[in-house]
Amino acid sequence: MIRSLDLRSAMLSLLILVAGLFIWHATTHVPDTGPVGVVLSADQEQALLAKNMGAEDIAYYASQGVEFPQLDQIAGLGLSREMIDMAGGIRALGISVPDENSAPAPGSLFPSPAQIGVELWATITDPFYVAGTNDMGYGIQIGYSLLRVIIGYTLAAAVAIPLGFLIGMSPLAYRALDPYIQVLKPISPLAWMPIALFTIGDSELSSIFVIFICSVWPMLTNTAFGVASVRSDWINVARTHELGSLKTAITVILPAAAPTIITGMRISIGIAWLVIVAAEMLVGGTGIGYVVWNEWNGLRLDRMIVAILLIGVMGMLLDTLFARLQRAVSYTE
Amino acid sequence: MAKPFLSIERLTQQFPDGAGGTLTVFENATFGVEKGEFVCILGHSGCGKSTIMNILAGLAEPTSGVVKMDGFEVSGPSLDRGVVFQNYSLLPWLSALKNVTFGVAARHKDWSKTQVEEHARKYLAQVGLEGDVVNRKPSQLSGGMRQRVSIARAFANQPKLLLLDEPFGALDALTRGTIQEELIKVWSQTEQTVFMITHDIDEAILLSDRILLMTNGPMARVAESVEITIPRPRNRTEIVEHPNYYAIRNHLVQFLGQRSKELAGQPSSGDDHRPETVRIDNSEPAPEESEPAVVPTLRAVGD
Repeated sequence: MIRSLDLRSAMLSLLILVAGLFIWHATTHVPDTGPVGVVLSADQEQALLAKNMGAEDIAYYASQGVEFPQLDQIAGLGLSREMIDMAGGIRALGISVPDENSAPAPGSLFPSPAQIGVELWATITDPFYVAGTNDMGYGIQIGYSLLRVIIGYTLAAAVAIPLGFLIGMSPLAYRALDPYIQVLKPISPLAWMPIALFTIGDSELSSIFVIFICSVWPMLTNTAFGVASVRSDWINVARTHELGSLKTAITVILPAAAPTIITGMRISIGIAWLVIVAAEMLVGGTGIGYVVWNEWNGLRLDRMIVAILLIGVMGMLLDTLFARLQRAVSYTE
Repeated sequence: MAKPFLSIERLTQQFPDGAGGTLTVFENATFGVEKGEFVCILGHSGCGKSTIMNILAGLAEPTSGVVKMDGFEVSGPSLDRGVVFQNYSLLPWLSALKNVTFGVAARHKDWSKTQVEEHARKYLAQVGLEGDVVNRKPSQLSGGMRQRVSIARAFANQPKLLLLDEPFGALDALTRGTIQEELIKVWSQTEQTVFMITHDIDEAILLSDRILLMTNGPMARVAESVEITIPRPRNRTEIVEHPNYYAIRNHLVQFLGQRSKELAGQPSSGDDHRPETVRIDNSEPAPEESEPAVVPTLRAVGD
């Protein structure tokens, strides 16, 4: 039953993907129709024929989108199509006619799935090339972003988890620190950016600081909540076994609160990954967020979309990691 | 009179009643427990049984009064006083075995890992938990098995005093019977001093040497100390045949049903509230007649 549910859900997912790609393709695909033919009136055709231009040549040039005034000029040359081609084409003779660049292509400028596929393949096959400061493989750019997230996040965990323990275990610390947490927590992480840029100066460190500040809160509040709501029976077990505060914290409170703490860490890593993209758009230089902005400025929408897709996949991988961790520490009462 | 092994002296517990005054749970409670004795305390909800238990465990502080064990005043929790909680209080992220080794390792810090585990397995086996089942998490065990683990954890530490807080309250009657017998078995091998809270009269008679009866709260007191004059080893099916069984049982029922209310709410005149010793023995009536404490009891038993 479960197997068949797996199968059915996979089928449905696939169907949604195919349908989505089809709609995307249908709305963005540019058909290879060539130039739009020109329809001549009977009078115009008569006038051209009167200038000794062949009926076949008239039909050919008209189908290539050459308008009457230009046809009239061609007729005026008194040359057959063969001779014009030998001379290098109509344009070589100084007559302006439309080519594939002279009119906007019909359809959308938005890249089609096929174009994205090509870019995506190029990225996957060569993710780590370096062709200049503004032209590096997305693997490298994601790496820059990931590194910033890991540094800022680890620092945040190192501060938030011990502090969360303190707040959770001591009502005094909770009451004293709660007002600050309540005020600082709702501030958008990017609002810290100017302060960071001014005080720290370095843009690299500033984006790490922004990651730090946005990761701290969910970990801090979840740790405090998890620690405070450890069942008093379990604490009593530790007390009747004469465990000291540190031993109690490590052997009883930590495993008891671990699922709540990991939930906080999972929320934090999600927020950190959201914020790093915005932060890199602001500070520029390197990173996947900067890439998105850079490709937008260069109007390479296809490459931009590949970058966006990679952001999503990376975020999913980070979340999966913490979901695994969560499962490892969870317990049923 | 020599000091008993565990001596509770003028224990008083008061809580603020929320209206500016104080609520006295019990006052000047004074009683003792001898070494190796199994004592049950019976009383209605709210009479302060659990509060006494928590004070003995060191998990709560009395308003006044002292608890002395082996001549030393008790303060704070200690490995010398093991506790079996009503809700088992096993750590759910640890297996049954690890829950026991958790306690053993805390007691014997210098033991090696294998020593600790061997010791834990021995005590788990004593309550009938052997083989693969000890590696299960508490959530994968039945209520009865969980309480067995909890009992094994407490006994494995060989505390000087074992406190049992309604250990069988959450179990069905059949399981309760089995574990009671296991408890007697383990206890008779170790000769632990046990202090146990219960709501179950039959359980109390089966297990204890002495039953302390508490009046209703507030201002509760330990009014009587009833000796269980039924020889050991006891067994559930046989003790009911003993001539003293129903005499004792009727006395207890009478107390809990009627006298616990009548005696309730009497403020102490500043004296110690010592329980009155009650001995009911119909099996050998002749030599017991000189016992002075029998006098008030005969009225209560009424048959």
